[in-house]
This record gives sequence, structure tokens and C-alpha cells, in this order.
Amino acid sequence: MKKSPVSMTINGQPVEELVEPRTLLIHFLREQLNLTGAHIGCETSHCGACTIDLDGKSVKSCTIFTLQAEGAHIRTIEGMAAADGTLHALQEAFREKHGLQCGYCTPGMILRAWRLLQENPDPTDAEIRFGIAGNLCRCTGYQNIVAAIKHAAILMAGAQQKEAAE
Amino acid sequence: MNIMNTAHVRHGSNIGQNLTRREGALKVTGAARYAADHHPAGMLYAVLAVSAVARGRVTALDVAAAKAHPGVVDVMTPQNAPKLAHHPDEKTNPFAFRLDILQDAQVRYANQPIAVVIGESLEAATEGAVLLAPAYQAEDVVVRFEDGEHFVPAAVGVGAPAEEGHGDVEAGLRNAAQRVDVTYDTPAHYHNALEPHAIVAEWQGERLIIDTPSQGMAIAQGRLAGLFGIAPEDIYIRSPYLGGGFGGKGLIAGPQVLGIMAAKLVGKPVKLVMRREQLYGPIGHRGVTRQHMRLGADTEGGLTAIDHHILTATSRFDDFFEPSAGVTHTLYATPALLTRYEGMRFDTGTPLFVRAPGEASGSVALEGAIDELAEACGMDPLAFRLKNYAETEPLTGKPFTSKALRACYAQGAARFGWAKRPLAARMMTDAQGLLTGWGVGTATFPAHMFQASARAEIRSDGSGVVEIGAHDMGQGAWTALAQIAADGLSLDMDKLTFRIGTSDLPDAGIAGGSAHTATAGSAIHNATGAAIAALADIAMRDETSPLFGAGNAGVVSRDGHLYRRDDESRGESYATILSRAGLDSVEGRGEGAADQAVTENYAGHAHGAVFAEVKVDPELGQVRVTRLVGAFAAGRVINPRMVESQYLGGMIWGVSFALHEEAIMDRRTGRPVNGNLADYHVPVNADIPSVEAILIDEQDSLINALGIKGVGEIGITGTAGAIVNAIWHATGIRVRSMPVTLDKLLF
Ligand code: FES
Ligand code: FES
Repeated sequence: MKKSPVSMTINGQPVEELVEPRTLLIHFLREQLNLTGAHIGCETSHCGACTIDLDGKSVKSCTIFTLQAEGAHIRTIEGMAAADGTLHALQEAFREKHGLQCGYCTPGMILRAWRLLQENPDPTDAEIRFGIAGNLCRCTGYQNIVAAIKHAAILMAGAQQKEAAE
Repeated sequence: MNIMNTAHVRHGSNIGQNLTRREGALKVTGAARYAADHHPAGMLYAVLAVSAVARGRVTALDVAAAKAHPGVVDVMTPQNAPKLAHHPDEKTNPFAFRLDILQDAQVRYANQPIAVVIGESLEAATEGAVLLAPAYQAEDVVVRFEDGEHFVPAAVGVGAPAEEGHGDVEAGLRNAAQRVDVTYDTPAHYHNALEPHAIVAEWQGERLIIDTPSQGMAIAQGRLAGLFGIAPEDIYIRSPYLGGGFGGKGLIAGPQVLGIMAAKLVGKPVKLVMRREQLYGPIGHRGVTRQHMRLGADTEGGLTAIDHHILTATSRFDDFFEPSAGVTHTLYATPALLTRYEGMRFDTGTPLFVRAPGEASGSVALEGAIDELAEACGMDPLAFRLKNYAETEPLTGKPFTSKALRACYAQGAARFGWAKRPLAARMMTDAQGLLTGWGVGTATFPAHMFQASARAEIRSDGSGVVEIGAHDMGQGAWTALAQIAADGLSLDMDKLTFRIGTSDLPDAGIAGGSAHTATAGSAIHNATGAAIAALADIAMRDETSPLFGAGNAGVVSRDGHLYRRDDESRGESYATILSRAGLDSVEGRGEGAADQAVTENYAGHAHGAVFAEVKVDPELGQVRVTRLVGAFAAGRVINPRMVESQYLGGMIWGVSFALHEEAIMDRRTGRPVNGNLADYHVPVNADIPSVEAILIDEQDSLINALGIKGVGEIGITGTAGAIVNAIWHATGIRVRSMPVTLDKLLF
């Protein structure tokens, strides 16, 4: 099948590739770019394992074609830690609060939680539980995932205050 | 000298610590590689075509159309599938279940693989599979208890008797002051691990390299070696991370074998990932049950009899009968006990192990019926359970290796606030007018042990290596087993190289039956003990060592050193001992298995008590679990963080059992009606307001040297029953058909 050019920014890096119009974004990320952190659990937009951040929204990347992401700014789990490898507050919190078991849902959870905290930096338990209801954890670490996101919210607020003070 | 007899005192400080996951950083950065993340050079994509009918034959496949699609490399059908060394229906051992791997055109269940399309891209192969446009000759199907013959199976589960018991149940029921006679239905469940079964297979000549999630690499090696006619050693499996298992990855499934066959057919590495909807068929499921419970109690509320009759379905072509009676054998004291089974054959894939196979389904029926009997006796359900507390195992009369269930009841009840519970149903409403109810269920799961071996090494630089082909499907083997290993060698974790997750390491047995930490942990305990003993032996024979002549029982290991037990100021480091002896390392090997003398004379089980609060909308019948408290006693806790999350996860599976999960089969076609994550409901975070697990201290000096029981499955048991009982307490309605959906509460 004929391939079309596509360009986008992923984790701050410009990406230009040729891709078939039928290729889903998740398969493009995983198979063509080898960004395998986003996983596939259903390919029908129900599990959230493939969640990425696209132009300021949480997007289930199994549910859009790559070509629909033309010009988009995308963030995946591979772009969460700092360049020197320092974990993002959310990554640190998931690790520390044991918000993961098998870890398969984790990249999607973290990306969704990141957007949630952008929209609502100080969510209640209930807001978290509903805010990440589109991400399944079959293992199921729901309790600790809430604890992790709350912990991250505190870490992130602290970091912001520090920045503001400096 | 028999090195295993050398006693050395451990001063390990790793066991019991709340360490975070050692692989946590890899998982939060996306760097942990699951099977489907692999991409060897030259890899092709294989896609399954699966049957749309549940019984019959495939009469046509348009292979030419599929092959004509650009990017399709080949199509594998029964005509050209690589020849196998033995027929996949051959029962070579009790764990060899029949597979459908293109041996013929027959269809035995919906979603059975009928062809594999191999392409240069996933998209090309997927389109090719659609173009096959299969035609079928379909036959009538049976997927309901009402539609076929019942029979008494020869065995249930893996080799358990289909009828067991003692005493005169009919007399017990006749003489009872109160009786219940009720039937509980539990549906089929599918594992739905978040990671679908996936395989990347590569043949290097006669050698096979595979990345695939496995809870039992050695069993998989054996099965594949048999099918392909090669030596097990020539099969190398990598399975360092599983995206959940829940029993579904215990045995290698047909689609994984097809990935290997596809790689053989095209002579290139192949990746085959199942799609979610394809998982509802060839990888096993929790068998459907209909459980008839007849219970009697005397005027004091003491049980007089339990009769637990289970009707369950296996497939038309193989035998696995959901062993739901296990909990009834072990939980409540009764002078007369009878458990018996009838089976049926459905046109579905063969049911297999799903988290707490048998225990989960049996527990709902038993806990529900016990609660109904407590109600009939006018007793508090917790008091009723305590009244019928089993001091010895009801079926066998054996004493328990340990049983801290009373503490679970007491601490769980205290934390939950059970004492304030009104006896009668429909007595509590909250501020929003929601009916509120409280229920209790007893949790129990057997403390199994299988077989495992491990290898330990102490190196002349003072570091240690422990190797075991163990599996981490999320439960925390990378961490908990490493804690046991570090303690066994008396080393800090950072001095330990710990290897698991590949099939070239010593066989760790299966990660199932909640037995992995106990079994693999025991093997590690013995292997590290042997390595220390070998090192001590070197030192004790060396005249220049302060340990010279210390004697077998005279050495203590601590923090990378050996010391004399009678004078702990005299000792030396592992490195010193080995370098003086001119050795690079010493090695120890060890096995883990149940102590036969203990299993013959004692009953080993983990226990727990789960308390649930539900709120029910009186108009809409909508149920929410608002609070869950579980207290569990399962021997020694290696890592409280991992153990707690196993309990919490299990309890949420219990919520799912009670309120959400159900595979619905179309009785006309035999196809799953809801085979996807939209329609097959599992809880999301918003369904789980508050869950709490209390870890009850329990010392068990009999079950194994480390005192470990299992924690992976017990959380489901008890929980579903507690919720169903709470729903009765809220509404006055006993729903006996799982899941409790709102239609069952409206009338
Ligand atoms: S894979 Fe995209 S939501 Fe499940
Ligand atoms: S940690 Fe396994 S699915 Fe969430």
C-alpha cells in the first residue's frame, strides 16, 4: 500500500516518516519508531494501555491513524524522564507508592495521570478515580495508583513552588 | 560431608522489608520489554484468522485472495502447516491440554484459530486474514446446562476425586433445626490479563528462541519439545516480564505454538500478538458452575451437614472441571460433609485455571449459603462462622500447620466496625437514601508447593549470584525472591546478582497455585544454604582461617562474612576465604518441594476474613461497594508491599466476581456475545472507592523452612461472598446468580 509522508514532534524530537494511511498511531510508535513503552491491550479504546499525550489531550493511540497526528506534539512514556535519566515525579511516585504490579498498564496510566494533573493539580481521591477510569489495571493496583498520583501531585506542587521562589 | 546439614545462623535483614520493586524503574519508564516489544531483524508479522462458528468444519478459505494482497508473505492452513512430531490431542501428561494448531479443518469452539496469515507488516497480515473469507459447515452447539446430558466426571481439576466426604449428610439434614437448600450460579470468566498472549519466535536451525509471557517456562519447553520433536534444551524462552497472567499463561496456548509454526514455515522470525477478542476461546477460561448447596444447623447454630453439589462444564474435546468444592473441604466444621460433581460438555474452548480456580467460584456459593443459614438461625453471620470454626480440616481431620483465622476475623471486624451491624436486613440507609448493607466472607486458599531448583554462587570479590527460572507476572518475584536470596547469602541486595525469567536457568516450576514464592523461595533458601556451607567447609579445613575446626554447627554467616558461633569476634570475609583457597567462587544447589511428612499429616491453608459495605440505589438497583476490609494470614510475609498489593488486587477481583464479570455465550451460535473489554465488564478505578488489606502475623514452622504460604489468589475468595451477603443486608434480597447486576435487584 502506498505510503504517505507524515511529520510530528515526539518527546521534543521532530519525526518525519513514511507511513501507510491504514497504520494506527500505536503501531507506528511501537513497530516503526521502536517506542514500545505504550502497550496494546485491546485496540478498541477501552483499556488505556496505549495512552499518550497529543496536543494537550490524553489520547488512546490505538484509536487514531498516524496520519491524523500530522503536525502534532506527542509525549510518550519515553519522554517523561529528564534527559539525564532523572525520573519524573509521577514515575517516581508510581515506583515509590507501588502503583504498579505487572507494569503493563503503567505507561498509559502515567501519561493519563500527567494530563489529569495538568488539568487539576490538586485532585481529590474521587476525581482521580474518575479521571483515570479509562485506564484499566487488571492486576489491579487501583488503590496504590491513586496513592501514587496524589503523591506525585504533592511532589509536582513542591517543585513548582521551588521554581517560583527561585 | 553432607553440606545440607551444616547449620548456619542467618542474620539476614532483607526478608520482611518493604522494598519497592527492583524492576520498578524499568516499568515506569517504558524500558521493561514485554514479549510483543521485541523486534528481531527481518521479523514478519503473523495474524490469526479465527473461527466465526463454534462447531463444524472450515469448508473454504480464499488463500489466493489473501496471498494476492501486497505485503502478505504466506498463509498457513492445515494444508501447509509444518508437520508436528505428535498430534496436539495426545495427552502426554496431566498438564497437556488439547490444542488447536491447524491439525485439521475441524472447529471445536468459536475463535478457534483456523489459519495464520504472515505479512511484512501487521496491517498487511491483518487485511490478508480478512480476505480469507472462510466458509463453514456449522453444526448445532451446546453452551447451556439445560441443553445436554450430565455425567459424573472421572476426576475434577487436575486429578481430584469427583466425590468426597464423611458422615451421613441426609441424616444431618433431616435432624437439623434449620436448613437452607439453595442454588448459586457462577458464569464463565476470561483472564483478560492486560497483556494479550504474544510471541516472537525465531528458529536458528534446530534451535528455537522465543519471547513469550509464561508462568511455566519448563512446562512450556517440555510441551514444545514434544510437539516439534526437538530437545527441551534447544528451546530458549525469555519471559522476564509478564503483563499479568492469572493462570492464563501457565500453559503454552495454541496461538503461541502457531507463532512458532509460522516462523518455521517462512524461515524468518515472526511476531504473533493475539487481539483482545481472540482471547475468548483458545487460552482457557473459568468454567461455568451451578452449585446446589444443602446445609443444616442445630438449635445452637452448629452445622449438622453440608452437601455441596457442583454442576460444571468442560469442552466437548477435553476435560477440565472447575474444582469448586475445595473451600467446602477446609472451612467449616461439620459432622457430615458431601461434595460431588456432575459435568457437561459445551462447545467452547477447554476451561482452565483462572485466578483461584475452583476456590473463587466455590467460595461464593459456600459463603452465600452459610450466610443464609446464619440468617435462618437468627445469628450474626460472623458469630455463626466462629461457632462453626474448624479446629482441624473438616474433610480429612488433619490439624492445620497454622491457622490465624480467628485473628483475621477479630482484626478485620474491629477495623470495619462490624459490631455496630444490625442483625436484620434493610435496616441502614445513608444520607442520600441509599440502602446500606454489611457482609462478611471467609477467605481461604491452600498452601501448595510444587518443584523448583536454584543455583547460588559466592564469588571471590565478595558478591553473590542466585539463578532460578522464576516468573514475575506482576506479583513481585524479582523483588521478593531476591530478598530471600540476599538473606540466604547474608549479603546486601546490591552485592547480589539475581537472575530469573529465562528458561536456561534452573527450573522454578510453575508460577501458579499461589505457590511460587514458597516453592522457588525454598529452592533459593536451600541453594544459598548449600553455597554458604561449601564456603564454611573450605574455611574450617584451612588451618590459617579463624574458623579452622569450628565444626559443622559452629559457623554463622553475616554481612558477607563467616564467624565462629562460639566467638563472633573471630571471622573473615567471603572474599578472604575464597582468595586464600585460590578459588573464583563456590556454588550451591538446592531444591524446593513440599515436605511429604508434613503434607501427609497436616493441612496447610492461608486464611482471611473480608468485610464489605455496599450501597444500593433503592429505585435503580445499582450497587456500589463503598468499603472493603480484608484481614489475611498467610504465614511469613517476605515483602509487605508486594503482599498487600496481591491482597488488594485479589479483593478487587472479588468485586469483579460479585458485580461485573460474566462471559455471555449466544446459545444459538456458541459465540461469546461480549468478547471484548467494552462489554465484558471489569472494574475500573471509579468502581473501587476504598479497599484495605490487613496483614495478620502468622508463624508457621511446618509448611516449609521459610514459613511461607501463598497470597496471590486468596483475596478473591471471601470477597465476592462478603459483597453478595452485604447486598442482602442492604436490600433483603438474596441474589444467587453472579454477577449481581441491577436487573436482579429490581422486581
Ligand atoms: S490498546 Fe488502546 S485503549 Fe486498549
Ligand atoms: S499493573 Fe498489571 S495491569 Fe496494571
